[in-house]
Amino acid sequence: MENLISGIALLTQWQVIAALIIGSVGGVIIGALPGVGAAVAIAILLPATFAFEPIVGLTLLLGIYGSSMYGGAIPAILINTPGTAVNALTTYDGYPLTKRGEGHRALSLAYSASFFGGIFSIVCLIFLSPVLAWVAPHFGSREIFLAAFMGILLVILAHRGQTFSAAMLAFFGIFLSTVGLEPVKYTKRFTFDQTWLASGVDLIVVVLGLFAISQALLLLVDKDHAPGEAHVRGSIFAGLKELLGLKRIATVSSSLGVVMGMVPGTGEFTSQFLSYTYAQKTSKDPDKFGDGSPEGLVASEAANNAVPGAAMIPLLALGIPGEALTAMMLSVFYVHNVIPGPQLFVDQLDFVMALYMSLILLNVIVLVFLLFSTNLLLKIIQIPTRFLGIMILTLSFVGVFSLRNSITDCAIAAGFGVFGLILKRLDLPIVPIILGMVLGGIMEVKLRSAMAKVKTPLDFIDRPIAAILFAMILCIIALHVRTLVQEHRDRRRPQPTGDGDTTQQG
Amino acid sequence: MIAKTLQDTFRRYRRPGDIVYATLFFAFALFLLSQIGVETKVVKRTKWFAQPSLWPSIAIWGMVIFSGLHLLSSALSPRIPGRWKEVGFWLQSLEYVAYFLIYVVAVPWLGYLPSTMLFAAFLAVRSGFRSSATVCIALVFGAVVAVVFRALLQVNIPAGRLYEVLPEATRVFALTYL
Repeated sequence: MENLISGIALLTQWQVIAALIIGSVGGVIIGALPGVGAAVAIAILLPATFAFEPIVGLTLLLGIYGSSMYGGAIPAILINTPGTAVNALTTYDGYPLTKRGEGHRALSLAYSASFFGGIFSIVCLIFLSPVLAWVAPHFGSREIFLAAFMGILLVILAHRGQTFSAAMLAFFGIFLSTVGLEPVKYTKRFTFDQTWLASGVDLIVVVLGLFAISQALLLLVDKDHAPGEAHVRGSIFAGLKELLGLKRIATVSSSLGVVMGMVPGTGEFTSQFLSYTYAQKTSKDPDKFGDGSPEGLVASEAANNAVPGAAMIPLLALGIPGEALTAMMLSVFYVHNVIPGPQLFVDQLDFVMALYMSLILLNVIVLVFLLFSTNLLLKIIQIPTRFLGIMILTLSFVGVFSLRNSITDCAIAAGFGVFGLILKRLDLPIVPIILGMVLGGIMEVKLRSAMAKVKTPLDFIDRPIAAILFAMILCIIALHVRTLVQEHRDRRRPQPTGDGDTTQQG
Repeated sequence: MIAKTLQDTFRRYRRPGDIVYATLFFAFALFLLSQIGVETKVVKRTKWFAQPSLWPSIAIWGMVIFSGLHLLSSALSPRIPGRWKEVGFWLQSLEYVAYFLIYVVAVPWLGYLPSTMLFAAFLAVRSGFRSSATVCIALVFGAVVAVVFRALLQVNIPAGRLYEVLPEATRVFALTYL
């Protein structure tokens, strides 16, 4: 109770309230702009938040993270262009509803499903907290090493059809984390006698390059276009009640979002895919999926909005980020010497409580904002893509240069910008690099401290949690191999029809 | 038969230019592999798990193996025309990288506000927005960014050397806020 009151006191600071409102409303606008997205905005704002109190900085970033998917649903439903990549599935059923003149109903359903998913995941987070507080201290070095290793493994295997590419990029990320002066034996690693490489490659410089600068370059070089005009007629409140009739779909989808959000490397896409498939298989009207099914829309939106709350679970409890956005947030913790992990629940439970409450508040603010301002947002998103590129490139400078006023950092970020552009053009994943950098560093430190207490290899997994994690890793590998063998057999079987189009490896 | 099995196993969806990227990445990984002995050290009386060279070696071998497999799968997949056109697209981005780096160098000289306004306006003209209204919007955008980040959020960006020559009354203000 004391922690709860202390948490509320933290939240009532004007800076926190301002961060919450700016983050939530800004996140909706950013999410609604096709071609921007939460990752770009968080990457740009990250260094600016280092000057704030940790709760202020994190509230701002969480606001953007949690609200961008709400905004992304608007262009997905009304103009068939997803605002963020995770809203792509929303176009399947949202846009057909708009074509039938039911855009307001589709938006209303999307908002309410998103709200349900968001709140559901935070409630899960709150109820799981005592469990986390109990389990987390049992995570020693070897358990954290195994969890980080599982994160890397999952992020590689989650990229179906791009496994080799995801693996080589994850290893590239691990390599980047090793560059510079190594802190234990003080030897140089891959510095090529260059002083600017001695301090290593900064995670934020890489993040800004890969997410923000690459996106700016892509928008500037590609053909210019602006999202089409749209306007919503009819009451947006009317469909809110409709969700009550779809609460089974919303609950299952949100639960899948929570589970997938907690598992490193999976996140929104997997949870959406699973919940959409579940909704279609259990629907009385499965043929309507892809042609304006309210159930499909709810499944997609509830699942993706349940992820941000759940993604905070491994971050707060173990200090292990499951995807790029929480990896960026990890740096806010580190800058302020707040180390996420088991001790956080013991020493700073009020801080954790304040974070939970800010997550609930941001969902309320966003819902209220959207119910009254959807048409205004539709005007804002008419910015031509090349102008958006100018805006992102200009803002990227602040992010990189304000870190340590280094021209070299800007040049490195620009280099990663070009690399990110190539990856985006080739439809290859960027996230494995970031997770490789973060989890690679964690693995190196934890393996070193864990092995100091280990005599035989079996000692590494002689504790219950370590053994469970090890068994899970073996299961993941076995399941992947089984799927590969099955796919290979299916491919070799003669096709009755079809043109033998390209198939996917890994 | 073996070629057919290989093709079945590794064939995948890819985009034009994939093989250029795969070759360059593989070459980069091989270069790093050749440098492991020079750029990392094996420290005496230190166990294997604490060796400074352990993690760079794991990372680079991983890069070599998987980029090799990626290259192999790229070579065995059906070719989509437009490889060099795609490479041309990548190279076009270097023009904007050059503008960005000129802007980076200009900020400590001209100051954040003037250089950001100029940069935004120049990019607007360069990317095809020639109307005076759009250029004005770009100028205003540059000014707003500079004021929000330097004056309000007080982010760490040095004052321009050009501000030193301003009249006394505006100099201190410019050095602090612009």
